[in-house]
Amino acid sequence: MSVAFPATEIRHPVDPMLPRPAIIQAIKPEAVGVWTFSMTFANPADRDAYRFQPGQFNMLYLPGFGEVAISLSSDPGEPQVLGHTIRCAGNVTQAISRLKVGDRVGVRGPFGSHWPLENAAGKNLIIVTGGIGLAPLRPVVLSVLSHRHAYGRVLLLYGARTPADLLYTREFGRWRESGLEVNITVDVGDENWRGKVGVVPQLFYFVRMEHKNTLVLTCGPEIMMRFVIYEALARRIPKDAIYISMERNMKCAVGFCGHCQYGPTFICKQGPVLNFAAIEPFFGKEDF
Amino acid sequence: MPPNLPRVSASVAIPKAFLQQVFDSLRAAGFSLVGPTVREGAIVLDEIARLDDLPLGWTDEQAPGRYRLKKTREAQYFGYGVGPHSWKQFLHPPRLRLFGAEKKDGNWVFLPPQEPPPHYAFVGVRACDLAAISVLDRVLLGGEFRDPHYVRRRENVFVLAVNCTQASPTCFCVSMQTGPRVTSGYDLALTELPDTYLVEVGSEAGSQMLQGTPWEPANAFDLGRAARAFYQAERQVTRELRTDDLPKLIYENLEHPQWDAVAARCLSCANCTMVCPTCFCTTVEDPSNLRGTVAERIRLADSCFNGDFSHVFGGNIRPSIRSRYRQWLSHKLASWIDQFGTSGCVGCGRCITWCPVGIEITEEVNAIRTKAAK
Repeated sequence: MSVAFPATEIRHPVDPMLPRPAIIQAIKPEAVGVWTFSMTFANPADRDAYRFQPGQFNMLYLPGFGEVAISLSSDPGEPQVLGHTIRCAGNVTQAISRLKVGDRVGVRGPFGSHWPLENAAGKNLIIVTGGIGLAPLRPVVLSVLSHRHAYGRVLLLYGARTPADLLYTREFGRWRESGLEVNITVDVGDENWRGKVGVVPQLFYFVRMEHKNTLVLTCGPEIMMRFVIYEALARRIPKDAIYISMERNMKCAVGFCGHCQYGPTFICKQGPVLNFAAIEPFFGKEDF
Repeated sequence: MPPNLPRVSASVAIPKAFLQQVFDSLRAAGFSLVGPTVREGAIVLDEIARLDDLPLGWTDEQAPGRYRLKKTREAQYFGYGVGPHSWKQFLHPPRLRLFGAEKKDGNWVFLPPQEPPPHYAFVGVRACDLAAISVLDRVLLGGEFRDPHYVRRRENVFVLAVNCTQASPTCFCVSMQTGPRVTSGYDLALTELPDTYLVEVGSEAGSQMLQGTPWEPANAFDLGRAARAFYQAERQVTRELRTDDLPKLIYENLEHPQWDAVAARCLSCANCTMVCPTCFCTTVEDPSNLRGTVAERIRLADSCFNGDFSHVFGGNIRPSIRSRYRQWLSHKLASWIDQFGTSGCVGCGRCITWCPVGIEITEEVNAIRTKAAK
């Protein structure tokens, strides 16, 4: 029986699971075990067609090793350059860490939802991140700073385990000059550390921000995000003004493999960026 | 259309032996026939060519955790319920090569598969399994992405459906409104009578395949016998699953003590997900040659009951059997509805029959409902 194909718009008419080759152009160390790999598609047509939004991710593929979902950490205003800040800890990411400039990887994407910058004009933003969680928010920082006048106050509350784990520290000066209020903390300091010590949600106690007209964008370990939400709600920021970026096991990024399900949500399609109000019934539920 | 062929939506009768003629026509039209056949003590789905390949005179006895074949005295080709296989394995194969990769002049080149798609005629598709195919259609080609491998297999399938004239104690298609009678999505639908097949013509392609058979418009006697058979099958479906309070009941009871009770019995063996005609989850493997210059990407059936299914850096999201069974059942009966606008369960009962400890999805839902959170 021939099948009646539904009349939905198809984003990838050919094969959404087939990667396209990209060439590594630069590798920059960011922190202990963390590098930013900048790459560009080998095929000019792929390069020209590619656009992404802050918060979206690519699947990076290394033949013989596998695929891994990595957020874009570069400027969406320059979509020819795909920046991926990767903590090289797993099987695939460790293999990626051995690559050199000029080597090729497979890339599929961009996938998933994005941070709601289109609804953020004129609003204050509180960006709250822990560890590698700053990577998917760096495109927000870069986008906001290139249209700084379009937003109210913009705060970055950022923390890592130790000073050596902080990402993008060389950029903080420029970000501050461009109008970003940067607040940093570490769980454990070292002999040179003169900044704050404590977990990320505690940074809320050092900043004053009106609750009206403010969006919270957060990415980090789930336990951190739980307390970020707690602090935000305690400051009367509405639930639907809080956006989180979730991580789950992911094999396909297009909703076929089933691994990233979170209740009714496919993290690869409706996520990774989700409105807290929409997922509140499931958020923090044990082993869900 | 030539005058010697019935029109679409006609009901006709053919002598039983002439099903072979239909098979021959399908093969002549380029179809590979897949249908029920007996192997290793079960009725499975495999390539068939002749009527003799069908399980003539066999029936099955099914119960929670139990499946046995039994010889009957009746000369029936389709006198049994659904077995461990479903059409999923042909449309969404448990092992599929997604693409190859070769290093040429030091650079990786990705090579999509070139082999032509198989051209299947499915023989003996039951109503619940037709519903399952339409569920898979929604999952794999109903969204913003389409699985091209599924599309290639699915778009040319010929469906020769069979109406159930008996039901197993594990069946609950009536509750899920998927059977026991096929109502749409077929090219031809058979109802097996002692000497005759009553054939409903569902498409032009179906009509074509009746060429060379001495078909006649169904007479009142045959239609009456078929109606009795449908009635009998429907009455035999005694298992029930209330669906009017789904998905709410499940979502509101994610911490119900019944999850602990079922976890104490569940082996997390993944049988239910393998036999389920709609469970679609997959994983991937990336074998390569020793020099690392040739690799391929293989997609494999996976299960939310497998230990590493939800693994992320830093740990496993669902380390307990409780959390995995809850994921499976809540997906099947609740979140599936939000995701795809249909239940993930078609009431075929396979997960009940093939569960080694006889867990019944219907009874688990009932147990949750009995002491539901208010």
